[in-house]
Amino acid sequence: MKSFKNHFSLVIALVSILFSIQIFTIVDRTMDAYKENLANNYSIIIISQKKLQDKEIIDVNDLIKGVTELSADNVIERLNSGITEKNKELLKLTLPKFYKLTLTEYPSPKQIKKLRENLLKIKSITKIEDFSHNHDTTYKLLVLFKTVVFVFAIVVFVVTTLLIFKELRIWQFKHNERMSIMALFGAPIWLRSAVLFRLAIVDAIIAGVITFGLFVYISSEPLIIEQFENLSINITIFDVVNDAATLFSASITLSIILALMIVIGHKEEV
Amino acid sequence: MDKVILAQDLSLSYSNNETIINKANFSIDSGSFIFITGASGSGKSTLLKSLYGSLKAKQGSLIVGGVELRGVTTSKLNFLRRHIGIVFQDYKLVKEWTIEKNIMLPLIINGYEKGVTQNQVDSLLKHVRLKHQAGKYPLELSGGEQQRVAMARALAHNPILILADEPTGNLDDYSSQLIWNLLEGANEQLNTTVIVVTHNIPRNLNVDYKHYNIEYGSIHEVL
Repeated sequence: MKSFKNHFSLVIALVSILFSIQIFTIVDRTMDAYKENLANNYSIIIISQKKLQDKEIIDVNDLIKGVTELSADNVIERLNSGITEKNKELLKLTLPKFYKLTLTEYPSPKQIKKLRENLLKIKSITKIEDFSHNHDTTYKLLVLFKTVVFVFAIVVFVVTTLLIFKELRIWQFKHNERMSIMALFGAPIWLRSAVLFRLAIVDAIIAGVITFGLFVYISSEPLIIEQFENLSINITIFDVVNDAATLFSASITLSIILALMIVIGHKEEV
Repeated sequence: MDKVILAQDLSLSYSNNETIINKANFSIDSGSFIFITGASGSGKSTLLKSLYGSLKAKQGSLIVGGVELRGVTTSKLNFLRRHIGIVFQDYKLVKEWTIEKNIMLPLIINGYEKGVTQNQVDSLLKHVRLKHQAGKYPLELSGGEQQRVAMARALAHNPILILADEPTGNLDDYSSQLIWNLLEGANEQLNTTVIVVTHNIPRNLNVDYKHYNIEYGSIHEVL
């Protein structure tokens, strides 16, 4: 029971940190997937007085993935159907050219502004429709959501770090006497701190295993999967190799830093 | 005869700057048995602390086991301490370790093999009459028993020097006699230098010893 208590506080604090790291990773991954979805459905229309080569447009900005020329037929169909075929052909020749641009990623308002400036350098382009109002609202919502999650993760991180520091003080008190006695018999610092590091690493592994189990469960939970499907987002909620490696590394690094701080702060009691 | 300790103009003080030992000069031969006496607060324990490097000299030079302790590096101090056995009045045993593991400590630090370590610990436990208590924890023992464990720990690695701070201060006659016998044995059989800080020198000692007294910051040999 005593041993369980010794480990419990640090393990819980570490699990909270690991949990917030993984949640932030999932949100980040979701945002990227969502932005990709948006980018696939988002396009810019440009109107040019003369025909342009695809390459000429693509070279303007790295953001442009593809160019599709829009047929003028649709426009003419909407006009009075009393126009003769000959006049329709004449009209086609005089109408400006419409192009739809697809982008490599969902752009920020700044990127759109830059893209606009670059496109307008082509003299024949007279109008650009970037649907900025709709775009801006969606983009700002995305950024807001990400910021909220980031702030939440930071708050969790700070609170749990404070908890860890409190735990550190208890550990320092507990281990100081043993470390001092060992020092009196000439134990090098690594030997004096060995127990401490072993405890820290064991706790880090326990915290890693708990978080791993938690996210393996969450990632296979039908309710969670369904929510992602509803958003048409297909992401790996928990990558059992890479995410697990990140979690275990973060957990072990934090614990080792904690143990190191105790060792550095150790004062010989005589 | 080799000098195991050489002090020249040694001054010791704590952070409040009050000088406890003032410009002391003395040397201790290897293999000798020394008693240091003095009134309470005279600086006996302070001197002992300086000998195992826990208190740095304010002035002068202090060489223990060939190591100059003024400005000594941590690794050199650790090296020296691996050859010293210390006995404290308050035992300083690791409470969360068994008696056996406490005695093993200097052997582990000195990198002895497991087999050697176990044999040595078994033999010492027999000497201090605590073989049956090997698996117990310090707080499960009486004060006298704890001090016998501390004594066994101090002897475990056959140190060149044993420093004992009032080792029998709180003990019953039986435990006290056992402690003195062990210190005598180490001195006679292993030629270990023994320095004991005490208020009372036992009368029935079978070794030749020197007696130093500390008074008003000075150390004098009592002839």
